[in-house]
Amino acid sequence: MDRPSPRRSSAVVATAVGLLLVSALPALGQERTLTLMTHDSFYLPAAVIENFEAAHEVDVRLLPAGDAGAMVNQAILTADRPLADVLYGIDNAFLSRALEADLFEPWQSAALEFVPAELQLDPEHRVTPIDYADVCLNLDREAFADGALTVPTSLEDLADPALAGQLVVENPATSSPGLAFLLATIAHFGEDPETGWTAFWTDLRDNDVTVTSGWQEAYYGSFSGGTGEGDRPIVVSYASSPAAEVIYGSDPTSDESPTLAIEAGCFRQIEFAGILRGTDEPELAGALIDHLLGVEVQAELPLAMFVYPARSEVALPGVFEQHALVPTAPLSLDPATIDAGREAWIREWTDIVLR
Amino acid sequence: MDRHRPALTRPWALLLAVPPLAFLGLFFLWPVANILALGVAPDGQLALGGVIETWTEPFVLDTVLFTLTLAGVSTALTLLLGLPAAWVFARFDFPGKRVARALTVVPFVLPTVVVGSAFLALLGPRSPINVVAEVLFGADVPQVRLDGSVGAILVAHVFYNMAVIIRLVGGMWAHIDPHTEDAARMLGASPWRTFREVTWPLLRPAVISAASIVFLFTVTSFGVVLLLGGPRDTTLEVEIYRQTAILLDLPTAAALTILQMAGVLALLLASARAQEGLAVQQRLRASAETVRRPRPGRERVVVAAILVVTVVFMFTPLAVLVERSLAAPDGYGLAAYASLLEADPRMRLSAAPWQSVVDSLTFAAATTLIAGTLGLLAAVAVGYRRGWLSRGLDALIMLPLGTSAIIVGLGFLVTLDTPPLDLRTSILLIPIAHALIALPFVMRAVVPTIRSIDDRLREAAAVLGASPARAWREVDGPIIARGALVGAGFAFAVSLGEFGATLFIARPDSVTIPVAIYRLLGQPGAANFATAMALAVVLMVLTATAVLLLERLRGGGPQPF
Repeated sequence: MDRPSPRRSSAVVATAVGLLLVSALPALGQERTLTLMTHDSFYLPAAVIENFEAAHEVDVRLLPAGDAGAMVNQAILTADRPLADVLYGIDNAFLSRALEADLFEPWQSAALEFVPAELQLDPEHRVTPIDYADVCLNLDREAFADGALTVPTSLEDLADPALAGQLVVENPATSSPGLAFLLATIAHFGEDPETGWTAFWTDLRDNDVTVTSGWQEAYYGSFSGGTGEGDRPIVVSYASSPAAEVIYGSDPTSDESPTLAIEAGCFRQIEFAGILRGTDEPELAGALIDHLLGVEVQAELPLAMFVYPARSEVALPGVFEQHALVPTAPLSLDPATIDAGREAWIREWTDIVLR
Repeated sequence: MDRHRPALTRPWALLLAVPPLAFLGLFFLWPVANILALGVAPDGQLALGGVIETWTEPFVLDTVLFTLTLAGVSTALTLLLGLPAAWVFARFDFPGKRVARALTVVPFVLPTVVVGSAFLALLGPRSPINVVAEVLFGADVPQVRLDGSVGAILVAHVFYNMAVIIRLVGGMWAHIDPHTEDAARMLGASPWRTFREVTWPLLRPAVISAASIVFLFTVTSFGVVLLLGGPRDTTLEVEIYRQTAILLDLPTAAALTILQMAGVLALLLASARAQEGLAVQQRLRASAETVRRPRPGRERVVVAAILVVTVVFMFTPLAVLVERSLAAPDGYGLAAYASLLEADPRMRLSAAPWQSVVDSLTFAAATTLIAGTLGLLAAVAVGYRRGWLSRGLDALIMLPLGTSAIIVGLGFLVTLDTPPLDLRTSILLIPIAHALIALPFVMRAVVPTIRSIDDRLREAAAVLGASPARAWREVDGPIIARGALVGAGFAFAVSLGEFGATLFIARPDSVTIPVAIYRLLGQPGAANFATAMALAVVLMVLTATAVLLLERLRGGGPQPF
């Protein structure tokens, strides 16, 4: 390394460029591959993917593509030359945009008969619901244990001065659960300027709500319960978070989670999968969607990704039964309404809460 | 100190510039141009009206002002804390210096999620200050809190970028001949006057070079602003991310990116010009000749004070991370480290966490190879030449540091999509993206040393009968090689810690250490948290070790200058 000769350097460049070109060439004579594009939170145990590979003699490649928004944007930008055969993880907040861009080929999975109708948002079956996750308020049990604070039972309670300075939410402009919670308030309060969501958020601001940019900052930084190190006992998180606190906690057999998800203000995020238009393997891609909706994968979903299976007959693991919440009447909004309103809502929310 | 004709003719400079230019053109300029074109001319028709409309929106002006102020103040503060530290590390010998200097690079590679968590512990509601205050004055005492404020962003920016100043400026400082300073002191100049009139003019180009890197890093700061700043604090980079990934509004994102790149380019050309104009040829000394023990008395006190401030500021957050990786329900233990060795489905990683260490090291080696080779070529082309070619190449190589990562990532997608260059989902994309960020460091570590090589050394070699090639090899070669090793260390570190590009682009399912940490922190739970912290500590140790090894390489053999 003492004396870099220019000749040796250019040899290195030549080798690097050569390697680059060779590896870029399409691999010849390999077995068929199927690429599954996902968001970064995707995880399934290797075995359930291997089972599909063995049954269909295909090699499944995973392609994590950033958060859900970044993933959808990439799929839209590459619509002419799709990056993958199947896309998994698009949710109701981005669904309308993706359907408008005509990203998907229809596929009607036989297993849809086990999926509740309210999860099937696309009658043309361009996307198939695989799972759902509810964004819910989580409480720090300890903070509410001594009775000094009253457990909120409605969104309205959050604006009560008795709960001043107790809530932390994520910024809907930079966070997916943050956006879901804003949508929940819009679904619950409506858009009337006097009594609607804007009035509620004005009250929340006056009640000293804390806003963070993302879930991790809210949960680890500002929330006081569980793994949180902050001082706010109410946080916007997921219905399944209390179960995660137990599973990942220092004592996985614990009887009680340090946190509690409550029913009020839950918003349902449904995650869909679809076959990307332009795939060379539409049949295999369809089979992969069937597999995702099959009993095997559906049963793994809760512990793998902390979401609930779309198939209603698949039983939840015990730890979910015990600690997680399954909201009976979650709030929701139509994807087209979300798409039309999102930008203006976020702007208005920013003006009310942050300015 | 005369300014001589360039030691490299223009055709040679152009030839050497070809590989780095080709790399930048293919993997940066072309992709970025393509994605901007999609935003600015969505239907093939140039829609400049929309761009100007975006620029004139009131929020854009606010965002630009905030971004520039934040980057300016961050850079000034980094210099304020970094320059004294650079001086101490460059000029003095003290016990534990090697390890301490290697550790200063560590913050540079740590993922923002991890640093954020350490800072929250130190600056948030449960910080040691607040805990002590509560014990002393009761629960009603007002809390000192920096989290969620511009203050926290500034502290984090200084923490992250100290290494750039300590190493790039210190690297130069260590070789400045101390005899000139001694002479000035002997003639009765005060220490301050000696610094101002003797040392500073010699050091200035390196300071500008390092400061412009810090400015670029802070002007495109993303994670730190989101993580530690308040929700009102939005920079251009955050806004571009929001427009692209949340609102899917490519035209607005493109308009903002053009604004960002134009500003960055103007700054870069100005700084390249300044560096060129200010470069002074001097007799460089081996660092072993310039370094000494601090003299007892005032000097020792000053040096010790600077060291204490630097060590406390830079290493306390690191100590917090180590402490947390060892925390167990009943005191302390190594459980988190043991968990790195086994694949636990609860971690939601496709392999055991240690596998991410292997992946990260592989990418870092590839990045160092690419960025080291291309950066060296670029540095030679830039360093020996003056004028538009040299300035243009310098600015171009720096530009990726000042460009939004998500825009570059999306550019890859719409550009590298045709065989044989369908690299969109190739594993090669990762070292290529890392090399774009690492190239400027290699170049900037080498150029100032080239510029300060004294022509008289080469002339002396010629007089002694050496051919020009031999003179170059004997005089310039070793000096350049040492600069290149500093740059290579940075390239390696940049790759180990790089997260921005990997967050935004589709990539093969390979998990680098920062990605693994991010995934582990994606779910609540004490066990995951401890494993993530243990992995962060492994990252720290790897970085420090790599830097120490590189320095050993650098320190070996006879001293050349």
